[in-house]
Amino acid sequence: MRFLARRLGFYLLTAWAAITLNFLIPRLMPGDPVELLVARMKGNVEPEAIDAMRRAFGISDASLWQQYLDYLGNLARGELGRSITFFPTEVSTVIADSLPWTVGLVGVATLISYLIGTSLGVLMAWRRGTWLDGVLPAATFMHAVPYFWVALALVFVFGVTLQWFPVSRAYGLDVMPGMTGEFAASVLYHAALPAVTIVIASMADRILGMRNVMVTTLGEDYVVMAEAKGLTSRRVMWAYAARNAILPNITSFALSLGFVVGGSVLTEIVFSYPGIGSMLLKGVENEDFPLMQGIFLVISLAVLVANFLADLAYVVLDPRTRQESE
Amino acid sequence: MNVLEIRDLGVDYLSQSGAVHAVADVSLDLRRGEILGLAGESGSGKSTLANAVARLLRPPAAITSGSVVYHRQDGTAVDVLALKRDELRAFRWKELAVVFQSAMNSLNPVSTVGAQIEDVLRIHAPKMSRNDRSERAVELLQRVGISADRRRSYPHELSGGMRQRAAIAIALALNPEVIIMDEPTTALDVVVQRDILHEIRALREEYGFAVVFITHDLSLLMEISDRIAIMYAGRVVETGTAEALHRTPRHPYTLGLLRSFPRLHGPREELLGIPGTPPDLRSLPPGCAFHPRCGRAVEECSTRLPLLTRGPNGSDGSDGEVACLLNGGRGVEETS
Repeated sequence: MRFLARRLGFYLLTAWAAITLNFLIPRLMPGDPVELLVARMKGNVEPEAIDAMRRAFGISDASLWQQYLDYLGNLARGELGRSITFFPTEVSTVIADSLPWTVGLVGVATLISYLIGTSLGVLMAWRRGTWLDGVLPAATFMHAVPYFWVALALVFVFGVTLQWFPVSRAYGLDVMPGMTGEFAASVLYHAALPAVTIVIASMADRILGMRNVMVTTLGEDYVVMAEAKGLTSRRVMWAYAARNAILPNITSFALSLGFVVGGSVLTEIVFSYPGIGSMLLKGVENEDFPLMQGIFLVISLAVLVANFLADLAYVVLDPRTRQESE
Repeated sequence: MNVLEIRDLGVDYLSQSGAVHAVADVSLDLRRGEILGLAGESGSGKSTLANAVARLLRPPAAITSGSVVYHRQDGTAVDVLALKRDELRAFRWKELAVVFQSAMNSLNPVSTVGAQIEDVLRIHAPKMSRNDRSERAVELLQRVGISADRRRSYPHELSGGMRQRAAIAIALALNPEVIIMDEPTTALDVVVQRDILHEIRALREEYGFAVVFITHDLSLLMEISDRIAIMYAGRVVETGTAEALHRTPRHPYTLGLLRSFPRLHGPREELLGIPGTPPDLRSLPPGCAFHPRCGRAVEECSTRLPLLTRGPNGSDGSDGEVACLLNGGRGVEETS
């Protein structure tokens, strides 16, 4: 337990650092959002209007320290400022609207990719020397293929040519969002291609990662002993070999879970999916600093939470980490 | 009464540059309830031999010749090398168990000691109830001197000696007839080593299993074994009772091994190691593989391969064998 408390303390410190940097960086950069807006309108803005906008964006001439305290206070109330792109919508609303789509799509796809990829890696290591080794070059190839290329290929084949799946949006225009079966079916139908993209593009990493560790683990004495004990192959493979081989893979899985929140930007763009990745792109295009800042903050916190979960998983899965260090 | 008969066993490691004969023409008998010591330098093939008998060899190692026959208590014989997958699974641990070299590595790090005993029972005695299984696990652990509450300990929470004891407890789980112990005490300090050896002897008296005890430490073998087989470059070069080997070793290599450690009692004598290094199995010297390191080698040694024949140690009722051309195939004739 002391181990977890220490980790928690470390993550809180990191979170504070992330929040503070998030506060400092825009303020240390030259210019402010209002200047950007004014520049966009080619300067045809009344000084009073500029003043009003400055107030709306919360830009003040107060001391940096005072601004920092205000910022922390606002953050505690969940206020991240107003988006410029979607003015006058609050950044927190923009994020709250897009985050569930991303977490649903990318999260589920990442999970599927992890489960399938890990199982395949285990099997390929177990049956090395058979035809399954043929998957290896394919996996290495897929490992090198970027997400957007897979997305474009799928859009072209299944979306445009065969027209089996829709190629944009998260649900059909003809259904009302709500807790209905019709809406759920539409969401699943629209999520199919982007989800497959993510699964295909990220699975190779899982296969290769798991296979490599698994091959090393199979050489361990305890696996040989499990075999000598006359246990069934299945038990030797999962309870002895895979159970140990998965430990080094947990960290990379946790990291990828953290980046789920960041969205799979390219995939979301290709499929015009209304997730946080698309929002981030819009924010960047419109120099929407409050929005970018808000999204970055959410991403950093998500990565931290995912890492903490990985630590938790480690404690559950590896008894050696439970040992109290004296 | 042999429980295990190994005949002309050959194991090759197949590689790009041709096969490496790790074990060649090995014939050995293991009698019911005896401790057979198997000694030799690293690379002499002793562990490969043990793994071949337990059918644990993995590619690129492969058994190329010979047979291993196991005799059940009821008199039926089993051809170990011909067992099919399911038969092999049933044979393993019930008839033949293995204690591996380093218990640190042979115990599953993410599973408790108790669970590792219980999963043997679950597979081989499926009718046993959960409670019976855990009772048996506790009983076995206590038998090797580990307290009952350690059942829930993970391997990393145990000391080196306790881990080795736990590994022995796991080996005992199904009352096997044969236990192969591959350097079970090598990683332990001398005091713990002694305790474990006593434990093995005591357990052997109680349960009556036969042991193949593999080590490079001949003095340790002299102490624990009933009979000893010495391996060199994949071949057995001498067998005999521990006492006969100690008193009148016949193979120059055995003599060299015996002279390479100091005695604590008795007159001081010069320590004579064995000159040279173990041979490269990929290109063994012709004739007797030991002849380049042998101070007594004659010309014939480099041309003729000596075969294991019943030597003078066999005449006094024991069955010593030696593979040496000296003195008309009787080996050296001096005491160690």
